[in-house]
Amino acid sequence: MKSKVSVKKRKIHRRKQRAFVCFLFPSLAGVIVFVLLPFIDVIRRSFMTVMSGLFVGIENYKKVIHNQAFALAVKNTIHFTGTAIPLLVVIGLVASMALSKLKDTRVIKSLYLFPMAMPTATVVIVWRMFFYKQDFDSLVASYLWKNIGYTLILWLAGIAAIPREFVEAAHVDGAGWFRCFIYVKLPCLKGSLYTIIILSFLNSFKIYREAYLVAGSYPGQDIYLLQHIFNNWYINLEFDKLAAATVIVGLFLFVFIILLNLFWNSDKK
Amino acid sequence: MKKIIKILVETTTKLIFIAAGIIICAPVFLVITGSVMGSSDLQECLAPVFQDAKGFVSWKLIPKYPTIEHYIKLLFQTPQFFVLFWNSVKMTLFILAGQMLVGIPAAWAFAVYPVRGKNVLFTLYVVLMLLPFQVTMFSTYLILNKLSLLNTHWAVILPAIFNTFPIFVAYGGFKSIPDALLEAARIDGAGELYIFIKIGFVLGKSGILSAIVLGFLEYWNMIEQPLAFIENKALWPLSLYLPEIDWTRAGFAFSASVIMLIPAVFVFVMGQDYLEQGIVYSGLKL
Repeated sequence: MKSKVSVKKRKIHRRKQRAFVCFLFPSLAGVIVFVLLPFIDVIRRSFMTVMSGLFVGIENYKKVIHNQAFALAVKNTIHFTGTAIPLLVVIGLVASMALSKLKDTRVIKSLYLFPMAMPTATVVIVWRMFFYKQDFDSLVASYLWKNIGYTLILWLAGIAAIPREFVEAAHVDGAGWFRCFIYVKLPCLKGSLYTIIILSFLNSFKIYREAYLVAGSYPGQDIYLLQHIFNNWYINLEFDKLAAATVIVGLFLFVFIILLNLFWNSDKK
Repeated sequence: MKKIIKILVETTTKLIFIAAGIIICAPVFLVITGSVMGSSDLQECLAPVFQDAKGFVSWKLIPKYPTIEHYIKLLFQTPQFFVLFWNSVKMTLFILAGQMLVGIPAAWAFAVYPVRGKNVLFTLYVVLMLLPFQVTMFSTYLILNKLSLLNTHWAVILPAIFNTFPIFVAYGGFKSIPDALLEAARIDGAGELYIFIKIGFVLGKSGILSAIVLGFLEYWNMIEQPLAFIENKALWPLSLYLPEIDWTRAGFAFSASVIMLIPAVFVFVMGQDYLEQGIVYSGLKL
């Protein structure tokens, strides 16, 4: 009797495995063909010259690392993400703390989400009218403007999920507003923080749209980003450097994301 | 007394939020008023910025002599505009349809089936989702070149179909379906495909719609992809063409912007709940 049940269980399990493969197959095949295999080709090319395809070892990597424009772009990109993301996170948290106490916030939320629907091209026309300077600050402002909406939504969802009893217990124990915020609410919001950082990081690269449309391929010194240099090497057919830079930045992001993921998951247990 | 203060504080906060929100949405008002201003009015307003590169725009919220000349010019005398508009529509629709066919089943697979090695694949998908366009640009170029798809609409459509972002959004919706329900359906003899269509699509609807709303707003605004892979300007989407319009034809640019805004605003208004839901879902399993 027992063996019959286990046979049936195994059968169901095999059926689930088969279904998993079938449902995932189109997506996985596409990812392999359009992303993974060509990426291997990029790695191969990063060790070769552009035209003749001769093997040159790590020559291309040396060229990229010693390239001044690349160094500038890395510096600016780190500067941008290091400024814009913390600003977005903090402004979003402060605003949503206040917002969470209000009722009927639907209209307010849609006002803040609306920039997501505004075509970049439209934004750029208006941007040109007001920020004729096109500098670092206006880039950060534009990023905050576009991304504040979903940051608010995510923080609000996090705040709504804080168990009421926790806060009440803290108040009963005599904790003031500030201590309650630091020791009770903030730890509960860790998950939201992680999500917000990941999504705003993902969107921080899209600031290139505004930067490019407003200032073109060669903008001012302080907003020349990694995205610009990738694009310029691509347009100028400097594929040797492009391949090496792709591998460097791709590998860096890969490790960064995996570490973040591991850190987060170890925390959960 | 305490109650009055509380209400006062609440109302003030609300007003501050609404005021800031209106400032955030101000570009829309600017574009709309700009689109109905006469050309000479516009020149007068914009000249300090574009000619001298200093000074500020002086803007009138209600134009002195409203006109629809720009719209008439755009809709009746610029057939090229329709080509570009159609390009945008076509690419966005094909991408969304493709993502539904490919991404939704993948999201279902990840959400429903406990299979060994799933987490490794899932992590791979997370990394792929987070890689910026520029990092995948060269590899995408190589494969498009090999398939001789460069400089066609497919160069933009095909890679976007396999973007992994919608999978995470739809995943959130599928994950909310109780496991017991699926097991019950299996015991009743339902096949996996049947369960996916009859239960997944119905109960996971919010996740799927969220993915569509977020996807539409993203691809309606595409800049990087067509810029990199489509040289022929007649194949460009509107989003890439608009910024090319010179400021001396600002009225034209404004009215084109308004037309471009309409579908986006429509989707935004219809799908705001799904948009919010989608934002929350996309963060569930990062």
